[in-house]
Amino acid sequence: MSQSADLVTSSSVLQDRHSILKFTDVIKKYSSERGSIVALNGISLDVKEGEFLTIVGPSGCGKSTLLNILVGLETPSAGAVVLDGANTVDRKAVGYVMQNDNLYPWRTLRENVEFPLELRNIPAAERRRISARYLEKVHLADFADAYPYELSGGMRQRGNIIRALCFSPRILVMDEPFGPLDAQTRLLLQNLLLGLWAEEKKTVLFITHDLHEAIALGDRLVVLTARPGRIKSSHPIDIPRPRNIRHLHENAAYRALLSKVGDELAEEIQVQAGVH
Amino acid sequence: MSIEAIDLPMAKKTEAPALSYRSKVGLTRLALVLVVFGFWEFASGSLFSTFWISKPSLIAAYIFKWIFYGDFFYQLSFTFGSMIAGFTLGTVLGLLAGVVLSRSQFASDVLDPFLVAINGIPRVALAPLFVVWFGIDMLPKIILVFTLVFFVIFYNTYAGIKSVDRRFTDLAFVMGANANELFRKVILPASLPHIFLGIKLSIPYALIGAIIGEFVASSAGLGWKIQMETSLYNTTGTMAGLIVMMFIVVAMNSMLAVMERQLLRWQPTSRFATAQSQ
Ligand SMILES: Nc1ncnc2c1ncn2[C@@H]1O[C@H](COP(=O)(O)OP(=O)(O)OP(=O)(O)O)[C@@H](O)[C@H]1O
Ligand SMILES: [Mg+2]
Repeated sequence: MSQSADLVTSSSVLQDRHSILKFTDVIKKYSSERGSIVALNGISLDVKEGEFLTIVGPSGCGKSTLLNILVGLETPSAGAVVLDGANTVDRKAVGYVMQNDNLYPWRTLRENVEFPLELRNIPAAERRRISARYLEKVHLADFADAYPYELSGGMRQRGNIIRALCFSPRILVMDEPFGPLDAQTRLLLQNLLLGLWAEEKKTVLFITHDLHEAIALGDRLVVLTARPGRIKSSHPIDIPRPRNIRHLHENAAYRALLSKVGDELAEEIQVQAGVH
Repeated sequence: MSIEAIDLPMAKKTEAPALSYRSKVGLTRLALVLVVFGFWEFASGSLFSTFWISKPSLIAAYIFKWIFYGDFFYQLSFTFGSMIAGFTLGTVLGLLAGVVLSRSQFASDVLDPFLVAINGIPRVALAPLFVVWFGIDMLPKIILVFTLVFFVIFYNTYAGIKSVDRRFTDLAFVMGANANELFRKVILPASLPHIFLGIKLSIPYALIGAIIGEFVASSAGLGWKIQMETSLYNTTGTMAGLIVMMFIVVAMNSMLAVMERQLLRWQPTSRFATAQSQ
């Protein structure tokens, strides 16, 4: 398909990396008694090993649906998702931070972080070492034995992130992870995430409704159309790393991209408003 | 109640050594008991005839004699034994049935009307039949207790498992849990509050079952004892039996509350919740 061909990133660093994840013409229809709606209408997307890909799109355009298909919670109505060359995505290879905070309330923070390690039969001592290391990284070592209700929203979200990261998944998938947080906490966690990413060189698929965040974090930005979701455009983000998120507005490339993609997104949001 | 709980921290700051909330509750309860029993003691013989309502001092003396010179422990163990046996059996099988049926939509759809019908039978109507089938010893009482406890536990377990948040199971699936791990590490802990509620609710039912069984036909037990004393117009003996039963229920409930605090430590206690529990 010609569309997917020019969606391959043009960023020079990523050019020669091999593709780790590939969506090909993914279509998703939901049907209920009230009729059927098309959530995704032919998504083709190629994600490179080590790439930080951010996705923005109007609310309800199918962003969460796309991720749910990737991790196997939904099956596509047509099309294919290929991870590491295998047609069935290995669930154990994906770390998923869901749209809503999802720590298990009956487990302490440490036990939550160790949950995926338990499922992989990693011995207790080793689990303890890994969880301690990650809790340290996100400054939560003192709260290891706290239950989720004793943590703030920002703390819980840090817990969700390291739980998805600590078992060394092939790719990390995040669905508006900082959505409900205040601006200060958000900035803090964005920096933490970039720090973790710089250390681990993970492939990241990051969904957000915040354009600033999408540009600040990503190597490449994909814009989705209003429902039914298709890929509207894809933009390499040529801003050198390490990035200072708070001062990004001083960067010309950042400003140019923000205004360009801002217009595109506004267009789609209008389309959606017209539809309803 | 909530107002009191919210006011408490401020009160602590101004008054010097304020009582802890728990001891405050305890002392108020004690005061309540003293007032009620004090009034009873006073009213009996002045406002009402002692013959009808007995008297706390008489009841205490009766219980003392009953324990040290009478057949108290024999009667208690008969009732308590059938209660515990039926309760245990009902809890285990109710849990099992709740788990199995919540996992199989087909089985629960098929069995639903039958379970409703069976649970709808008034147990008082069943009790005489159990006497015909199982005699007048402990067995019919155990089975009667079982038929009450089973359904309470079953319905609560079933509802608990069915209401486990989809997000929790989805997450476990994504993390790679198999069916067994999903059940052990997610579904069971997530439905534990429901299950515990069922167990707590079923305790009074267990006692009711045991006593009904003894009322219908028995050779021993607290229920039998109460019936006998009442037929002799000995209100002191009847009241003594009732008070012992109240102790049984309160003791079992407190034991469970301790267990619950341990197992459900992860639940936040709201101001309203602390005012209600314990
Ligand atoms: N299980 C489902 N059954 C039926 N329709 C669904 C289901 N899940 C999602 N949809 C529909 O599919 C569309 C896309 O939903 P999705 O959650 O993927 O949107 P989104 O882009 O993540 O939105 P947001 O930014 O608000 O999170 C919506 O119109 C939604 O109503
Ligand atoms: Mg979403």
